[in-house]
Order: sequence, then structure tokens, then C-alpha cells
Amino acid sequence: MSQHDDEATGSAVEAHTPREVSIGTAVANSDAVENPGLPPHRERVTDLDPRKDRQMSRRVVALFLFSILASIFAIVAYFVWPIDVSVEGFGTIRNNNMAIGIGLAFALLAIGTGVVLWGKNLMSGEEFVEQRHGTRGTDEVRAKVVKIFDDANKESGFGRRKLIRNTLFGAIAAWPLPAIFLFRDLAPAAEPHELLRHTMWDAGIRLVRDPDGTPIRAADVTIGSAFHVIPENLEEADHVLDAKAKAVVLLMRLNPAELNEREDRKDWSYDGIVAYSKICTHVGCPVALYEQHTHHLLCPCHQSQFDVANHAAVIFGPAARPLPQLPIEVDAEGYLVAKSDFTEPVGPSFWERER
Amino acid sequence: MSTSTVTPQTRGSRFTAAAANYLDERTSISGAVKELGRKIFPDHWSFMLGEVALYSFVVILLSGTFLTFFFDPSMTEVYYDGEYMPLSGIHMSVAYHSSLDLSFEVRGGLLMRQVHHWAALLFVASIGLHMLRVFFTGAFRKPREINWVIGFVLFVLAMAEGFTGYSLPDDLLSGNGLRIIDGMLKGLPVVGVWISYFLFGGEFPGVEVIPRLYVLHIMLLPAILIVTLALHMVLLIVNKHTQFAGPGRTNENVVGVPILPHFAAKAGGFFFLVFGVIMLIATFFTINPIWNYGPYDPSPVSAGTQPDWYIGFADGALRLAPPNWDVHVFGYTLPFGILVPMIALVGLLVVVAIYPFLEAWITGDKREHHIADRPRNAPTRTAIGAAGVTFYAVMWAAASSDIMATHFMLTMEGVIHTLQALLFVGPVIAYIVTKRICLGLQKKDREIALHGFESGRIVRMPGGAYIEVHEQLDEYERWRLVSYTDYAPLMIRPNAKGRITATQRARAALSRWFFEDRIVPPTKGEIEHAKEHGHH
Ligand code: FES
Repeated sequence: MSQHDDEATGSAVEAHTPREVSIGTAVANSDAVENPGLPPHRERVTDLDPRKDRQMSRRVVALFLFSILASIFAIVAYFVWPIDVSVEGFGTIRNNNMAIGIGLAFALLAIGTGVVLWGKNLMSGEEFVEQRHGTRGTDEVRAKVVKIFDDANKESGFGRRKLIRNTLFGAIAAWPLPAIFLFRDLAPAAEPHELLRHTMWDAGIRLVRDPDGTPIRAADVTIGSAFHVIPENLEEADHVLDAKAKAVVLLMRLNPAELNEREDRKDWSYDGIVAYSKICTHVGCPVALYEQHTHHLLCPCHQSQFDVANHAAVIFGPAARPLPQLPIEVDAEGYLVAKSDFTEPVGPSFWERER
Repeated sequence: MSTSTVTPQTRGSRFTAAAANYLDERTSISGAVKELGRKIFPDHWSFMLGEVALYSFVVILLSGTFLTFFFDPSMTEVYYDGEYMPLSGIHMSVAYHSSLDLSFEVRGGLLMRQVHHWAALLFVASIGLHMLRVFFTGAFRKPREINWVIGFVLFVLAMAEGFTGYSLPDDLLSGNGLRIIDGMLKGLPVVGVWISYFLFGGEFPGVEVIPRLYVLHIMLLPAILIVTLALHMVLLIVNKHTQFAGPGRTNENVVGVPILPHFAAKAGGFFFLVFGVIMLIATFFTINPIWNYGPYDPSPVSAGTQPDWYIGFADGALRLAPPNWDVHVFGYTLPFGILVPMIALVGLLVVVAIYPFLEAWITGDKREHHIADRPRNAPTRTAIGAAGVTFYAVMWAAASSDIMATHFMLTMEGVIHTLQALLFVGPVIAYIVTKRICLGLQKKDREIALHGFESGRIVRMPGGAYIEVHEQLDEYERWRLVSYTDYAPLMIRPNAKGRITATQRARAALSRWFFEDRIVPPTKGEIEHAKEHGHH
């Protein structure tokens, strides 16, 4: 395969595949310019001047020696700059990182530079020419391959015994099916879209601060303020994070005059205090940023904006729906409690959402 | 070959000979060395991009193996009792805890984490650039279409590896990334909720996803990646490397340096350089400081955070969808705001994957192509590439829309609306401009090939007129400019039944689109003619 053609390249230029291959819409020009062949080889300084050659080889040796030193430095650094956060502080991590890193980096760079210099300047700079051969196997080989398949077909009766062949295909197709079922227990037995419809919230559950869990009095919520809220019984959940991922709420108080509420949701708020799911209806990031004077909530993930004064309608960004509202009221002791769970699934849209 | 010529002179060479003999008698490896040892590799700086990808992958394997000795992917909840005071006593998963420990308590641990992360960023970047090189030089043409697809698969695998790895520390930032994935999955029609449910082993976030991603990240995906990479290399050897047009270089030969020793030296040295540069960056530049983000918690999030660069285009695509785009069909919900960006992303990737077959069908050229095109000599392809890059770039820029808005004091709405417009207009402009530039360059090449270049030497003629002397190119220089394949638009012809099929028509239309504007390479006759009349 790899014979070199060091003779005149003229013959190489003319060599072409004998088989006729369609050239498609390419234009064949009989008067095309001809390939002039390889230009004469040019010698490098290191080929011409033995002094330069010696200089270069000294340089390469120096680089390799330097690399050895750098590797040793990295080992020494491992012990000389240990990590000792409790006594010496975080600087020790940085020093350890730097010292080992510098040693390793220079050890590598010096090897790399040395080898490349060696290759470029000291190894023969001669260019070689190798012939390509069409990727396609030769006609003889291909004929032999066809014969092999023919023989195999005859000897096995693969083409003739159709029933055997087809039932085999069927069996092989059926065989992986059990494997698919084996994956059912990747998740528990429940119907996932039913789970998405419920959160920890329920009538009478107090709204408490995230993360310290203290309850919130309606009087604490001044106009313009916002609270990050979780249900008081969150820690009782089987999976706290799973429950929290659905139940987090934002609580805000607006001037009741500025609050535009839907007729059927008039009693979902308390004296200008409204609670909305914090889970973005786009793809579920927490809608964490509240702009007090515009009453806009901003999701930092893809910049969806919701207007709290206007039942959290989407005013910008890729979100598809308003944030679900949590109906709230005040209990006998003056603390804010939920009136019920959310009345729709929180978070991103999904196929069965409206069912 | 007679054995008597191999007379061991020194102890070293005697040992080498004995070892080689031992090996060959048991593996017949001499055959492989004979085949491959002096194989010729052509040289061009752009051929190194694929090498960078290969070497950064090796770095990833080495540093990643180190990390597995210390990382524990469990999602069991613990309280932090490690060295980092600000997080002391905080509830977190074992995965996050062990990521902190391997950064703060293992000597060189942070360094290896940073090497791993930087190398991963470089890996995806160099694959991307390598693909662009292959695309713009037409190196995907027959016989390399299959290797293009294999390379494309590698690109997708690299991004998957990146994303799974990024999620493992279970920090706030990566947790929010997973939440976005969860939201996108849930948006898929019919199966979405189920897929998310199975992936997370229940509801989001659950306690299963990190160990599952870990298995994907360190076993399944690398195994597939390595096999695919091996295939890529084997086909590279079988097809041999393309080379740029140049004197003495033809479609039937390869001109360059042999693997042993010259190419091996250059490539081997280059591996150490790539590794060294990654090490240097990891030494001096922090990447992904998970200790600043805190453990994952579904409630907090910080503004202005960015995903790793290669996920940017997907994140940006999501940002560009218009508001309120849920569509209801028979009571089922289709969240177009999520689905349309996903379709756009998948569509872009599919076009990339099948492009070679499309172009081959249009040209109908069944020959093998081993000479890399200069991008200007395939103006339509280059323009399509530029349009694709622009499309990608706009989506990518959109992922930083908030940062652009705050840095340049623009409104969020203004930035997004501009990018939405650019997503459609940008590629068209890029296409037109690129095509013009290519044709202009081709024209200039033709000029130079025919009339030479302006030498800057002004001569006064006997009549008093001043002219600038044009110097002719030597034949080697000229060959670079004139040797390219020229295609003409397809003429519609009736088939054997005397009919013109719809496919014919489509192909002819595409062919016209591709090759209507073309600059024909100068012929011998034209050059002769120009020489004779060249003295203006
Ligand atoms: S998750 Fe809120 S905008 Fe995307």
C-alpha cells in the first residue's frame, strides 16, 4: 500500500483510475492548466550549517533536561505546599494548585517544544509522495466476495428456506422487547402526571419563610415587600427537595388599588397580599427576582417576566402561562395560611396538563 | 531483504531486535508497521484542529480517571463538615460534598478538576472548529461522507459528555441546568412526562439522577465515544488525509511526511503542547467554582449565570421563543415555546449531518475527492456554511442576552427582539455577503493567474506614459490558483421514458442555485493569450 514514488512526479500526475466514474455536473476541460509537479526541495539552515544543527540539538537537550527538573519540582511542590485550610487558610489551596500546576505544565510544554523542534529542524525535511489507490476494492476481490456470499447462501439455504429465515428475524426482533420492560422500574409505579397536579399545600397550612421556617403574619408583609415562602410542613415530606421543587411560593403585597384581580379570584388574596408559585411556567427555574416598583417578577433563566399586579400574566419572554396563584387567607392568630392547594399544576407545560 | 544486514551493533540495538522479534513471532505486527509506519501525512495548520480534539480527549480521560477515585455520586443528604467554613453545617448531597472535598482536601485535586473541565471545553471547541475546517474545504466529499457522519456523532457525544459531567457536582448552577432539561423533557408530546419521570427515578429532582448520569458519564458515553473515535481514525487511515491543491499534489497522491519518524514527532510533541497549555490554564484560571454556588436547592437561583459555552446555543434558542405559545389539541397541551426551539436545534444538527449527501446528489459527482477546496472555490457551499454559523451564533449570543442588556445598558426586550430578527435576517445577509466575497476573490485569483500581480514598480515608457509593471506568477504559484473543480448548473433532460421527473426538476433547481454564479478557472489557452497581449 505505501510504496513511495520518489521518481519524477510527472508520472504520478498522469496516473488515474481506469474505471469510468460519473463526474456529474463537473466541467472537464481539455485545455486545463497542467500540474507543474513538485517544486525543488529547499534545504533548511540546519541542513546547510552544521553549527546551527549543533545549536539546535543543544537546545532540544536543554528542553528535555528542563522538563525533568519541572517534573521533580511538581513532586517537591506536592510536599512543600500542602493543603492546610484549618491552620493556614485557603491560600494553601491556591498555592498547592499553582505550584503543582506550574511544575506539570512546564514539564509537558518542554517535552512538547523539544520534540517538535527536533522533528522540524533535525529530522529529515524531505517530502515524500505516496500514491492513493481508489477506496473501492479491486474487481477481482469484489468478485471473490460476491462468491463467498453466494456460497454461504447456498450452503446455509438462507435465501431458499424462507420460513426459517423469517421466523429467525421475528425471534431476533422480539428478543430485546423484555429489556424495554425491565426498565419500567427506573421510576416508581405512580402515574407521573397525577403527581404533578399536587403539592404540599392544603387548607390551613401556614406560609413560612424559606429557609428558616418561621410563620408570617399578614402585618409583617409591608407594601412592596416580597417573601420566599415554603409550606410549614415541608420537612415532613418523604423527599423534601421533591416537595420543595413544587411548593415554593413568592409572597408579595401590593397596594390593593393597583392590584387587578380576576372576579373569581377576589378572595384568593388578603388585603393586597398575593401568593404565586415560584416555579417558572417556562421550563421550571425559580422566578426569583422581584422588581418592586413595576410589580414584575423576572425569571433569571430565560428572562420571562410576569406582572404580579395583573394575575402574574406573562408580559415578556418564552413562558407560556401566568404563574399559578395560591389562594391564601389569615388564620385566627393572624398568620397567613393557604386556603387550598394550587388549582392547577405548577411549573412547565406538559402534554396531559389540561386533562 | 536478507537478515545479514541486521547485525546488532550495540547492546541497545540487540535488545530492540530481540524484543521486536519476540513480538512479531507472536502477533505478526511487522505487517502493520510496514503498512502504516511510512504512511504519508500532508501538512497544513488547519489539520491540527482534529488533533487538538484527540489530545484533549486523552487529557480528559487521564484527569477524569483521577477524579473518579475521589468523587462519590450519591444523592444521600448529609451536613457539610469539611474545611470550607462558609458552607459549614449546610445540608447537601454526598456528591456535592465529595466534589468540595476533592477540591479542598486532596492535593492537586482542584488542579485535576480544573484540567478536566478546561480540557472538556477545549474538546468540544476543537471538534467544532475541526468540523468547520472539514466543511469549508469540502473534505466531507466522497469517500469521506461516512466519516463526516461519524465525526458528527462524536460532536454530539462530546456535548452529551459535557452536559452529564457538568451536572455531577450537584451544585446550584448545574441543578438548575437539570431543572431546565426536566422542563424541556416534560414539554415533549405524549412521552415527555414519562421520560422525565424515568430519568429522575420519580419526581424532580429525586435521589437517582446523579448516580445515573455518573454511569452515563464515566462508562456508557466514553465507551461509545472511544469506539466511534477508533472508527473515525480507521477511516482516516483507509481514506488517507486530504491535501490542499499545490504543485505536485494531485487527486491520486499524498505529499507530506511519513508517520515514522517525522509525523510521529510532530504529533507526539503536539500532544504534550496541548496538555501543557491545558495544564497552564488550569493552574492560573478558576473554572466552575462550585463552592460559590452552594448545593442544589429548588428555591434560590442567581442572576447572570451562564451554562458551559457549548450548551449556550440551546439555552439561547429557548430564550428566543415568543411568549404565551402553548397550543391545545383535543385537550392536550403542546408547548410550542419549548418545542419550536428544540425542533430548530435538531433541524440544524440534522442538516449538518446530511449535508455531504445533499451536495453529492446535486453535483452528481461520483469521483473520489482528495484535494481540499479553498473555501472561495465553492462559493455557495461556503455561503451556506456562513449562514449556518450565523444562525448558531445568534442563538449562542441569545444565551447571554441578560448580560448584554446589563453591560451595554440596553433593555432586555430590545436585545431579544433584535436577536429574534437577526436569527432570520442574519443568515441571509451572511449568505449573500459571503457568496459575493468568494466570487470576488475568485475573480481576483483569475486576474492574477492571467495577468500577474502588481509589482509596485512604476516604469516610464519611451512615450512618457507611466505604467506599473505586472509580474507574472511562476507556474507553481499559478497552479494553486487555477486548480479547482468547476461545476456547471444541471441541464434538465427527459429520462428514458421521455419524461421530466419532479426529482430531476428539484435537482436542477438546486444545481442552478449552487452553480449559476461561477468563475471558470483560466485555461492554458487563455494564459497564453494573456501573455501575448499582456503588455498594456
Ligand atoms: S425557566 Fe423561566 S424563563 Fe425559562
